[in-house]
Amino acid sequence: MKTMLRGNESVAYAFKLARIDVFPMFPITPSTLVPEMISKFVANGELDAEFIPLDSEHSAISAAIGASLKGARVGTATASQGLALMHEILFIASGMRLPIVMGIGNRALSAPINIWCDHQDTIAQRDTGWLQFYAESNQEGLDLILMAFKISEDKRVLLPSMVGLDAFVLTHTMEPVDIPEQSKVDEFLGEFKPNYRILDTKNPATFGAFGSPRHYMEFKYAQHLAMQAASHVIDEVFEEFERKFGRKYSKITEEFTEDADIVFITMGSCTGTAREFIKMKRKEGKKIGLIKLTVFRPFPKDELRKALKGKKVVAVVDRNFSPGFGGAVYGEVLATMYGRDEPKIIDFIVGLGGRDITFDTFEKILEITEKGLEGSVEEINWIEVDKEAVEKEEMI
Amino acid sequence: MKITRGAVVEEAGNSIENKTGTWRTFKPIIDYNKCIRCMVCWEFCPEPSIYKEDGSEKPAPNEALKKLPVPVIDYDYCKGCGICVNECPVKAIEFVKEVK
Repeated sequence: MKTMLRGNESVAYAFKLARIDVFPMFPITPSTLVPEMISKFVANGELDAEFIPLDSEHSAISAAIGASLKGARVGTATASQGLALMHEILFIASGMRLPIVMGIGNRALSAPINIWCDHQDTIAQRDTGWLQFYAESNQEGLDLILMAFKISEDKRVLLPSMVGLDAFVLTHTMEPVDIPEQSKVDEFLGEFKPNYRILDTKNPATFGAFGSPRHYMEFKYAQHLAMQAASHVIDEVFEEFERKFGRKYSKITEEFTEDADIVFITMGSCTGTAREFIKMKRKEGKKIGLIKLTVFRPFPKDELRKALKGKKVVAVVDRNFSPGFGGAVYGEVLATMYGRDEPKIIDFIVGLGGRDITFDTFEKILEITEKGLEGSVEEINWIEVDKEAVEKEEMI
Repeated sequence: MKITRGAVVEEAGNSIENKTGTWRTFKPIIDYNKCIRCMVCWEFCPEPSIYKEDGSEKPAPNEALKKLPVPVIDYDYCKGCGICVNECPVKAIEFVKEVK
């Protein structure tokens, strides 16, 4: 049966279904409803977990590491500045190989202060060694959190995961969501059995110790292998999830791509708008396809190379930007397709700080992309920005 | 160090494998003809990489002192901080540039 849930509630229900043992937290817009719900679940006796309010996100993720080391299944939630404050500890969680799962309400970063949606917060954490998933809908948010536990806790992986839900567009918007049965989730996830435990007097060990130049690189190579393994494990877990729950997931989802000359690549909630826009345009005879990126780390290189073979132009829709380069997804796609003459890859920076991504936005993207079919166009295209006002002030 | 997942150290006391003596720029050398076996250097060594040697046949300022334990520097771990040189009450420790 489907229930009307906001994205944050989806995340909270997923944590409850995963029977997390510990939830360390510090609230931040737009993900505050997640800890609110967890605290209610714990107070009502619906969830047997430790709810730990801390003095900052830095402490929240640190507590998550401590709890995970003891063998607890740990979840937490944050966004934007909160995730940025966790930054240095994120490396420690992945370096110590702890399968913590975090729900993110994808939000812009200051300055200027802005609480609305873009992907800058998680993109900025790209190199921290966490797996990254992006949800299109609240259902995907719930499902991806559940699957993230199974992938992260897999003995071949042992890496933490973050699952992004677009701020407000998903976190605060009601959608019909199927909440799976507890018994089926129990069967799917099983119990978390850590490799090592702290405070185990029978098997004493040192955690978080020094790694000299003689040893450090080996641990980083291990993380490289774990990310490669994660790529296979993700496929396995997605398949098992589909068998058990009937919902299909893949690292990249191709729609209308078979005969397409132009392909849009999207991440997150704007995929829905892109899909409807493409359906409309296909009725006019335009051969446009869509690729939704659900997994950003590990980056699905092989899948993209296969999907983009024979395509003429790719429009990468970036809801983030790496100053001094362009969109981050664009950069990854460009690197993935390096050495191949086709397709031409064009970057579109859209929807930063919660600016709506509408049919008009995609109309402008398509216009430039179609020009790209014939001749040359700008590499990085900022869409729906008052360029004149900015350029005057920047003395250009 | 055994390579484990998450850099967990499984065996206790394995820091002994990390020979910190290579960090040294200056090397303390005890002149046993001056050393009065007071063990002040042994007490102050922060590492600690000065140990007591019993029944040593090292020379001494006089016959009586030969019966006492002798401080010996373990150069595998001495980082050359120079605290022993500074603390020695009879200036029996020389501090010379490390030659490698």
